Amino acid sequence: MLDSLKILFHQGKQYIPDVTTTDVPGIFRGRPVISDAQVDETALVDLCPTGAISANPLSIDLGRCAFCAECMFACPQKISFTKDYHISANDRGALVVRAGDNRPIVVDPDKVRAEVKRLFGRSLKLREVSAGGDGSCEMELNATGNVNFDIGRFGISFVASPRHADGIVLTGPISENMADPFLDAYNAVPDPKILILAGTDAISGGIFDGSPALNRSVLDGLNVDLYVPGNPVHPLTFINGVLDMLQRKNR
Amino acid sequence: MQIKNGEAFDTSDIEVLSYPDFYGRVVELLAPETHHCLSYFAAPHAGSLRLYAFIAIDENAFIEALAADVATSDTLQAITAERPEMHVFERDIHEVFGIEFAGHPWLKPLRFPHNRLAGGSVYDYPFFNIESEEFHRVGVGPIHAGIIEPGHFRFICEGEKIHHLEIQLGWQHRGWENLMLSKKKMLQRAILAENIAGDTTVANATAFALAYEALAAADPNPTLTFERTLALEQERIAVHTGDLSAICTDIAYQLGNAVFGRLRTPMINFFQKWCGSRFAKSLIRPGYTNFHFTDALADDWQKTADAFEPHFREMADKMFDLPSVLSRIERTGVVSTETAVRIGLVGMAAKASGLARDVRATHPYLDYASLDLKPVVKNSGDVYARARVRYEEVLQSLANIRSLIAQKHEITETPKGDYLKLRPGKTVVSLVEGWRGVLCHVAQTSQEGQISTYKVVDPSVHNWMGLAMAVRGNGISDFPICNKSFDLSYCGHDL
Ligand code: SF4
Repeated sequence: MLDSLKILFHQGKQYIPDVTTTDVPGIFRGRPVISDAQVDETALVDLCPTGAISANPLSIDLGRCAFCAECMFACPQKISFTKDYHISANDRGALVVRAGDNRPIVVDPDKVRAEVKRLFGRSLKLREVSAGGDGSCEMELNATGNVNFDIGRFGISFVASPRHADGIVLTGPISENMADPFLDAYNAVPDPKILILAGTDAISGGIFDGSPALNRSVLDGLNVDLYVPGNPVHPLTFINGVLDMLQRKNR
Repeated sequence: MQIKNGEAFDTSDIEVLSYPDFYGRVVELLAPETHHCLSYFAAPHAGSLRLYAFIAIDENAFIEALAADVATSDTLQAITAERPEMHVFERDIHEVFGIEFAGHPWLKPLRFPHNRLAGGSVYDYPFFNIESEEFHRVGVGPIHAGIIEPGHFRFICEGEKIHHLEIQLGWQHRGWENLMLSKKKMLQRAILAENIAGDTTVANATAFALAYEALAAADPNPTLTFERTLALEQERIAVHTGDLSAICTDIAYQLGNAVFGRLRTPMINFFQKWCGSRFAKSLIRPGYTNFHFTDALADDWQKTADAFEPHFREMADKMFDLPSVLSRIERTGVVSTETAVRIGLVGMAAKASGLARDVRATHPYLDYASLDLKPVVKNSGDVYARARVRYEEVLQSLANIRSLIAQKHEITETPKGDYLKLRPGKTVVSLVEGWRGVLCHVAQTSQEGQISTYKVVDPSVHNWMGLAMAVRGNGISDFPICNKSFDLSYCGHDL
């Protein structure tokens, strides 16, 4: 017993006191900034492995970006990535960053459904479904609940059954073989419910987009409440996106 | 024909046998315990099919390559009947190309790939059943209770006791191998490789890079070699530590869960410092890297490791000394050495069952020959052994990285981008030991120098059967720790 207490004591404080403003270590790639420099835009479009870059004006769609960094190394005077991990949005179009933009990506409060804020503002239970996810987004979603990120402090947690959940978090490019199980889980969540697409694969298919083994049509007609880009999503991107969706002012 | 790990050769040099000769050779080659099948697949060839088998000869550090020409309408004698470890490969060939294997115990669907000749949907899986008043069946998944990938487990139980577990996979199938052929840019392929399985990014990206460089006859760059070796060891430290946390979760040992969980954080954050991704995505590229291991990173790693190691040891010493932990993990989920050999276990699970299968030692590549690595082997084959292998391997990997850094040399720059040209008509077998076990990437080029075949065998392909064997006779409530102790990949299997 005493050894256990000693071990506990040796860990010190591990939690991040303010998950909305904390700095991330290293050279994390979050929101890109694209300058007005004149460059060969078609070369960048051609370079991008996932078709995330468009020309004229040069733009990066974070819903398609694999965060591979190659465009930044190819053309550092044009593209850089900041460590800003606040890159979730509820409008798919808001994930497109254009040349000259240097402003935060935000969750548009006018587009958040009134019942989402009213019902889930203080307690949100989520069911995660992986549909062809490679495990990395899944590990990062698990990490949101660990002692460092501790999403539980906001009354947000992942639960085992869709019947106990207020919404689904989907990861992966949506394999054909998981399309129906995903829909079953989604339909089992009582109304009103939310849907969060977590990770580039879930948002657009990512590098897997166009594979005949996927079935992304299951998303047709479903209301998406939040897009969380990343390859994989960073826990802080997810936590902040959800807090913003819930319009948690005091956090 | 005898080949070496990571060395490209002319595909036409592989002797093409008649199927009966091929069958006889494979059965004979797989007899000793030090030989195991790395990959066995069929590829379209001149309007028909060619079978390729690659068998590891561990004691001599080479790989036996064999081929045979067959027609899709053929019924072939199943190798599985003699060598059960071949069951998955024959199921794969049957599922995609329709070849029948006579004497195979049950040619069940393997992963329901989009290009399968066999019809049926993932919902039509033919489960084994026992009709009896005494037994009941328990189905779990495809969606599991936690945040993990999908797969279906079907138990046949008598009360709490598991008699039989069948694991149905394929839910995660993304059409990876076909994408690898249809995407023509090297960068797209590198990104596909690092997205095979998110917990094995470095190992898969390295296996791909080594295969690609061998096909292009690129000279090995000592800096890339050093950095990849180091990254592989770092990936092992991070995942093993996270897995120890997860094993503690599944036995409700809260302290171990929290402490190993928080110890994993600086280890994956180190990758973020190195390349911007906690999972090392973007780090490994054929022929170059955008992220060298600088002196500043070496200093940072030393500090990170010095802070990590005493806490890791303290926690592990406590865990492996606590009766309430030991009573849950000792003699739970046992795979005997004999079973491990028969089903072809690899990697961490094989080492826990007394088999020293680790290609870092047996088929060395990168800087492994200079590390002179001795595989960590345990004999009890239980959850304890699989946890203990992880613990000791974390310490071993820390020591490996320390000795790599001590030999660190000046950075040798490489050209960047897609400058490698693949040579036509070549084959390469690229083996890399991931934290879970051996990854086998086999790549072939066409006469035009395009990639014509790319086959990946994740260690999970061999080891899922190990989990099914491990849980027999155990209480169903011990399934989660058995499962976690293997921690197999769904997406790596389903591709
Ligand atoms: S970082 Fe994103 S936008 Fe840039 S090349 Fe890679 S995938 Fe494309």
